[in-house]
Amino acid sequence: MRWLPSVRGRRRLTLVGCYIIVGLFAVWFLFPIYYMAVTSLKTDREIESLKGIPFLIQEGATLTHYRDLFQKTDFLVYFRNTVQVAILATLISILISILAAYGLSRLGFAGAGTIATGIFLTYLVPESLLFIPLFKLVGSLGLLNSRWALVLVFPTAIVPFCTWILIGYFGTIPRELDEAALVDGATHLQMLFRIFLPVALPGLVAATLFAFTLSWASFLYPMALVFTSDEQVLTAGVVSTLIRGDVYYWGGLMAGALLACLPPVIFYVFLMDYYISGLTAGATKA
Amino acid sequence: MRSVQDVAIPHRLPRARGWLADVVRAFLRPRSLTAFCMCLPLLVLIVGLIIYPFLYSIHLSLLNKRETALVGLDNFRFLLSYDTFWLVLRNSVVFTVTAVFFKAALGFTLALTINALPARGQRLWRGIALIPWVMPLALSTLGWWWIFEPTHSALNWVLVLLGISPKPWLSEAFWARFATIQVNIWFGTPFFMIMYLAGLKSIPQELYESSAIDGATPAQRLRYITLPMLKNIIAITMLFSTIVTFANFDIVRVLTRGGPRDTTHLFGTYSFQLGIQGGDVPLGAAVALFMFPILAVSAFFILRGVRRRVQ
Repeated sequence: MRWLPSVRGRRRLTLVGCYIIVGLFAVWFLFPIYYMAVTSLKTDREIESLKGIPFLIQEGATLTHYRDLFQKTDFLVYFRNTVQVAILATLISILISILAAYGLSRLGFAGAGTIATGIFLTYLVPESLLFIPLFKLVGSLGLLNSRWALVLVFPTAIVPFCTWILIGYFGTIPRELDEAALVDGATHLQMLFRIFLPVALPGLVAATLFAFTLSWASFLYPMALVFTSDEQVLTAGVVSTLIRGDVYYWGGLMAGALLACLPPVIFYVFLMDYYISGLTAGATKA
Repeated sequence: MRSVQDVAIPHRLPRARGWLADVVRAFLRPRSLTAFCMCLPLLVLIVGLIIYPFLYSIHLSLLNKRETALVGLDNFRFLLSYDTFWLVLRNSVVFTVTAVFFKAALGFTLALTINALPARGQRLWRGIALIPWVMPLALSTLGWWWIFEPTHSALNWVLVLLGISPKPWLSEAFWARFATIQVNIWFGTPFFMIMYLAGLKSIPQELYESSAIDGATPAQRLRYITLPMLKNIIAITMLFSTIVTFANFDIVRVLTRGGPRDTTHLFGTYSFQLGIQGGDVPLGAAVALFMFPILAVSAFFILRGVRRRVQ
């Protein structure tokens, strides 16, 4: 049995196997970003040419596509609109979620349990079930083709999830803390802002991050509710206006898509741990 | 998962004559009133922008194309007699089942693999693995759209290099379906991985240690410890993903717009095409409502799973 490796050797072999598997997954996961970046830096001529290796820039990198994006398209308008809509929708959603989570988890009233279950169910209602009636509803409010309509409808997807996360985090705060505060004569709002929010800060950061990412990434609502460039946001704007009639528009399209992806990815890189704790909060704290 | 009831009703109402009297009395306590007021914005949002629109879409689906008269169930009857609708239904089921299966399998493999790495490196790999899930899906799908481009792009170039004939990725029904499902798996695997990894971390280490003493093989450990311990989280994640996958819009809209010849449509994209682009709002609403039974069944099982996990 000499050909069988020792226990240590076998363990090392397993580890190498694990790294190969994880490495393959990493290539698959990151390839689109890499290829978008490479394409956005190539000249039109190189993208068009059938010679050469598509993964590499061989004829010199260029920033033309990015310059054109800023100078010849409405990219910056989309960007401004997205920032406005995402920040407003996030603030509104978080405020609503904080109040509701505190009321439901700490005070309670008749029917609070039903409402909490209801929140969980509304969290499961997908956008594609609601966009048609919301299209009519927004129309009757006179908000069709306005970015403020997005501020109105985005919270429907965000608030249930954020409330759910925050209920979980508030539940971990010991009850003795609020009783002590109440004895000292604190009002509920004081308690919420002085005790709960500081203690539940990681949950709050996770919820905010989610709210912002979801608002930034929303695609169906902007497609259904906004039609003109001056009101459009990045996702729908990049997809529907940067795809031009001519054939070799790939460089500009990839530059736009990549830049539009960046803000959520950057936030994620710096706040990854909050992100993951929020994502798994519901499922692992049993 | 935390029980809804446990958190929501911290103090049980005192038992007295007549539960209704109790409920009213309990509700009028200042504490309850404050709580209700704090929940009011949420209730307004849910009723005004989720429940009301949902009921409104039922009403819309009963109207004629110009929305001038009620036509009963005609829209639904029309859809059931329409071949394209059945094509959409069949494709949605294939899309969802295939994608959820592969996401679960790959997510599980990846979670096990990352969990087997030295603790220091896990954070980095986990971080990389979550990137597809963080990018806005419509935009990353644009990247895939370019990858699938048949003449100038990477995928067919690699195939030719390997001596395989290039494929018409987005213009032939089979390959177009493959492409949309592939993007969905790419996007969703990280979510499964992160859920399963969190589940793996919550399994008590002693179980593995005692099984090692008993001489269990890795396969036996997987079969008799890991899988039973993760059963519930696997089920909840899959059901949850079923809803999200079934209701997906972004991928098909960007990659194929439902084509070639409506073969890749999902309910969301078909409903958009009929209702918003085609101007037949009632028919679009009817298509979207067909999603409801499937979503409701999944939601029922998710809720049950979540409650059981708490007990």
